[in-house]
Amino acid sequence: MEALTQRSKPVDRSPMTWLERIYLWNIFKGMLITFTHFFKKRATIKYPEQTRPFSPVFRGLHVLNRDEEGRERCTACGLCAVACPAEAITMEAAERLPDEENLYREEKYAAKYEINMLRCIFCGLCEDACPKDAIYLSETFAPANYSRKSFIYGKKDLLIPNPVTNKEEYDIAKGLIEKKKKKS
Amino acid sequence: MDWEFILEKLLLITVVVTVSLVVAMYATYIERKFAGFIQDRYGPDRAGPFGILQPLADGLKLFFKEEVIPSHSNKLLFVLGPCLAMLTAMMTSAVIPWSSPIEIGGRTVSLQIADINIGILYVFGVVSMGVYGMMIGGWASNNKFSLMAALRGASQAISYELAMGLSLIAVLMLSGSLSLRVITEQQVTGLWNIVYQPLGFLIFFVCALAECNRAPFDLPEAESELNFGYHQEYSSMKLGFFLFAEYINMFISCALIATLYLGGYDMPFVNEANLSGSSAAIVGAVALFSKTFFLILVFMWIRWTLPRFRYDQLMNLGWKSLIPLALANMLITGAVILWTMKG
Repeated sequence: MEALTQRSKPVDRSPMTWLERIYLWNIFKGMLITFTHFFKKRATIKYPEQTRPFSPVFRGLHVLNRDEEGRERCTACGLCAVACPAEAITMEAAERLPDEENLYREEKYAAKYEINMLRCIFCGLCEDACPKDAIYLSETFAPANYSRKSFIYGKKDLLIPNPVTNKEEYDIAKGLIEKKKKKS
Repeated sequence: MDWEFILEKLLLITVVVTVSLVVAMYATYIERKFAGFIQDRYGPDRAGPFGILQPLADGLKLFFKEEVIPSHSNKLLFVLGPCLAMLTAMMTSAVIPWSSPIEIGGRTVSLQIADINIGILYVFGVVSMGVYGMMIGGWASNNKFSLMAALRGASQAISYELAMGLSLIAVLMLSGSLSLRVITEQQVTGLWNIVYQPLGFLIFFVCALAECNRAPFDLPEAESELNFGYHQEYSSMKLGFFLFAEYINMFISCALIATLYLGGYDMPFVNEANLSGSSAAIVGAVALFSKTFFLILVFMWIRWTLPRFRYDQLMNLGWKSLIPLALANMLITGAVILWTMKG
């Protein structure tokens, strides 16, 4: 079989020389190797302060989208719930009342929209299934929590901030501007 | 024997014990940092600036852990094991001369707890008692792994104590005294013993590694095969005592190596006779401590470089290499001393 890489070296099985057999010189060489590691770049990143960038195709927490006027795009058609292989999505539809036209884009909207983050496998099929561009996966992941109940994310947790009334937070959520660092 | 003498010794004992404890505490931190740097990591850096409060956090954690005494263990021996390990680790520090005598208010205070004329024999006696801590701990746990570890530890300690003693005989022949104070004073005026005894130093160093159960000779606690060995069943501060005793042993044996071979409290390129009593003592203490810390770092450096020896390799090295070498070293030293005395 042809070797896949050229990195493999043939094993040297010649009998050990006297210098090798007393072992001390090789210990010294080994200690030099470990010593050089003192000056090498650390592989660690200091996590909570420093984070690694995600790839642009990372599939993280779900976000329910709004249109440019700040109206929820979701019409509670249920295609995402059908597409979901983990059956993590539940929703309840409601009809839009005449004075709610500034809140919801279509006549029908999701009164309740819940995703169980413990069931979700973050496959992104809901994103694919949605005909209204209402749900997409962001680049963050669900933070740790103490109870199972808190992993069921409702509309409150999922909806993106309103771009009309709450522009700053919307831009932060979109990643258009940097989040202001907390003063510590 | 006046009350001032007793007070002075009590104070000295307190200081030495406290210093050894603090050094052992911070040796754990330095060890973890050292390991981190060698493995391209940072090591502990969360508790306090650069993680310097980490040992305190570790100690506090150990104190608050649940005490578990296995129901089938011998309770008395189970508790005695770690106590003995700690006790013997601390006792060795009694004969080490930490520095030259200091003068306080017209009194000459010796910075050595007990200048006994059989210092080295005392060290050997106490060190061999240290095996009992491990043996009793391993035995009382009533656990196969712990017992195996205790057996290994005991046989290892016995094998390496032989070579250690033989390599020391050469030093004793040179100095003609068993008192550590005399051995150090000879090195302060003359050359360090490592110049006369490079091979003896090497053998002693390897044996000290084995005696402290440090890698590459950490077979008694072999994490990977024996599941932490003789302290497997221990929890809470009893485990802490075992771990602590290891670091104290390391500190004391490094101090001993520095005293025997590296000139003790002799600061190189400084003539102590020109300094006044107190400043000479301070310089001496600094010299001894820096030598000791350097040796501790070398111990750690070796630990994070070398893999563990196999049991048969350990025994081969001890019985077939180190003991004949130490014997040869002893004979050659004796022959040279005879030759120079004749000439």
